[in-house]
Amino acid sequence: MKYASQSVAKPYFAFAMILFVGQIVFGLILGTQYIIGDFMFPEIPFNVARMVHTNLLIVWLLFGFMGATYFLLPEETQCELHSPLLAKILFWVFAAAGTLTIIGYLAVPYATLAELTGNKYFPTMGREFLEQPTITKIGLALVFIGFLFNVIMTVLKGRKTVVSMVLTTGLIGLAAFWMFAFYNPASLVMDKYFWWWVVHLWVEGVWELILGAILAFILIRTTGVDREVVEKWLYLIIAMALISGILGTGHHFFFIGAPEYWLWIGSIFSAIEPLPFFMMMVFAFSMLKQRRRDHPNKAAVTWAVGCTIMAFLGAGVWGFLHTLAPVNYYTHGTQLTAAHGHLAFYGAYVMIVLAIISYAWPILHGRQANSLQSQRLEIASCWTMSISMLLITLLLTAAGVVQIWLQRIPDDAGALGFMATQDAITVIYWMRLAAGVSFGIGVFMYLASFVVAARTSEPTEPLLAEGAMS
Amino acid sequence: MNAPERINLPLSEAVTEEEIPGDLAMWFFIFAELAVFALLLGGMAFARGTWPEMFSAGVATLHPEAGLINTLALLTGSYAVARGVAAVRERRLEKLPVWFFWGALSGVFYVVVKSVEYVQLFNAGYNLRTNTFYFFYFFTTFFHLMHVVLGMVILLVVARRWQRQVYQTAETRRMAADSAASYWHMVDLVWLMLFPLLYILP
Repeated sequence: MKYASQSVAKPYFAFAMILFVGQIVFGLILGTQYIIGDFMFPEIPFNVARMVHTNLLIVWLLFGFMGATYFLLPEETQCELHSPLLAKILFWVFAAAGTLTIIGYLAVPYATLAELTGNKYFPTMGREFLEQPTITKIGLALVFIGFLFNVIMTVLKGRKTVVSMVLTTGLIGLAAFWMFAFYNPASLVMDKYFWWWVVHLWVEGVWELILGAILAFILIRTTGVDREVVEKWLYLIIAMALISGILGTGHHFFFIGAPEYWLWIGSIFSAIEPLPFFMMMVFAFSMLKQRRRDHPNKAAVTWAVGCTIMAFLGAGVWGFLHTLAPVNYYTHGTQLTAAHGHLAFYGAYVMIVLAIISYAWPILHGRQANSLQSQRLEIASCWTMSISMLLITLLLTAAGVVQIWLQRIPDDAGALGFMATQDAITVIYWMRLAAGVSFGIGVFMYLASFVVAARTSEPTEPLLAEGAMS
Repeated sequence: MNAPERINLPLSEAVTEEEIPGDLAMWFFIFAELAVFALLLGGMAFARGTWPEMFSAGVATLHPEAGLINTLALLTGSYAVARGVAAVRERRLEKLPVWFFWGALSGVFYVVVKSVEYVQLFNAGYNLRTNTFYFFYFFTTFFHLMHVVLGMVILLVVARRWQRQVYQTAETRRMAADSAASYWHMVDLVWLMLFPLLYILP
């Protein structure tokens, strides 16, 4: 570790992993509830489990992004963080707010939580993914602003690189679009319209900048390829991501009451959305091909390269499958959407956070890479998680196809009802649950690899060679 | 034809036949952009086939003269940009910023003419929501307009960096000049498709 303040990333990474485990546990509960509807009812109803599963995902990824930022910013700017103390305070505020919110979800009925937190004075609750009590949303906004202040002050005083600029732009966008979580107009059309400004413009807009920056950082460090080459790719990738992603928001405006022209804009621009992901994949492989040294941390490279492949499949290919308006007319909100959601989030964001943790954690503990034994386990965990997630995706796709076939394509009289259709896909749900368990095993292996790393200290070169890396 | 002249060029600034002009990454970007426009044009062709009368009526309200003027403006711009690249090959390096500047200026002219057209159509009561024809007209041409602006920015940035001698080697100079010129020609090419399809085809 070159800069002392990088160590503030540690609690962020550790807490992210705790929440990740929580997310998977609730994923397994949900997977079971798809088969046995009253599993754990009334303690954990389906809607609560789903809320916890999705909210935990977003929050742990945010912890991961923040940790990644605190880790890579000092190296990019070549100076210490503006305020490590602020970073530590914000960690505790964010962790406390997140934990209390999850406890609130689980301890009391949602309506009671809304009442307790005074939702009626400033109503923002009750919307998918934005279920957090208003007070939590305000807390999050304050955390983002404090975090941004710390980031911008650090960037301003240090060396300006394309990586840090792209990352900062992404983080500013993240904070800016969060503000739409507070806009809750009475018109349902307007509500949904701007709801997507948070949900879509995060994951298919500004988060892609964060992803691109972290990926570029890892590739610069592990391949030793010239910054100039990496930066050029990064510029083009984010330009494509923004051109396709911003107007691609239109694919959410098809059938919600927005003007008809969104059918065209949404279809055309989201058809381009796979391109930046494809370019990311080409970028990663061409950097590997041009590499000037072999970094001892093979596990981190595996995660980073794997991330680009899975993101292309999940966000790119599976997104395209159902993005054209005439197709989406039938597939809207079926298990096909769930298939896309799972692989896209895993490929693009889960894997990049796991990659940066994999790269940073050994360095934060004074070594360039973990022991070979630990890395082998970690790479095995990458394959286990990735194959399991691919299986989940394929099975949900199959479920989606059956659902569309029985429930959506026939005329009103011939169509099967929602619950009857669900019964018809129970066998697929069982297989999906098995794949989910296997994913959980992959997570366990990933975490175990860090325990193995702490116990086996044969590792690679110490961190002295770092001067050559900047 | 005076093709043999090329043999006399100093090797350092010459380009071999096998290489693509400019940066591979820029070509990725150009193909991505062309893919977007291809989809837009494809959508437009489909819509035209579905609602031919709406399209005929819409085309009649446009001003083909303005479209023609803009076509000439962009072609002139492309000529200037190509002269800039040719000047580099002939080792008259100081000429490039001037030619690129003229290229960008043609873009300014284009933007002004296009804006006047938009204002006229808005005043006549047409907008993005009037019908599918006007959606395609306004959206596609505005999206293209944004590319003209981006093309101008790229030309001016390269010209400025050229003057400040950021590009030190023959290789980086050729890359920068060819990449910027390729992007500009792409913008021009797209307009050459849009103009007849939107303004001329009855």
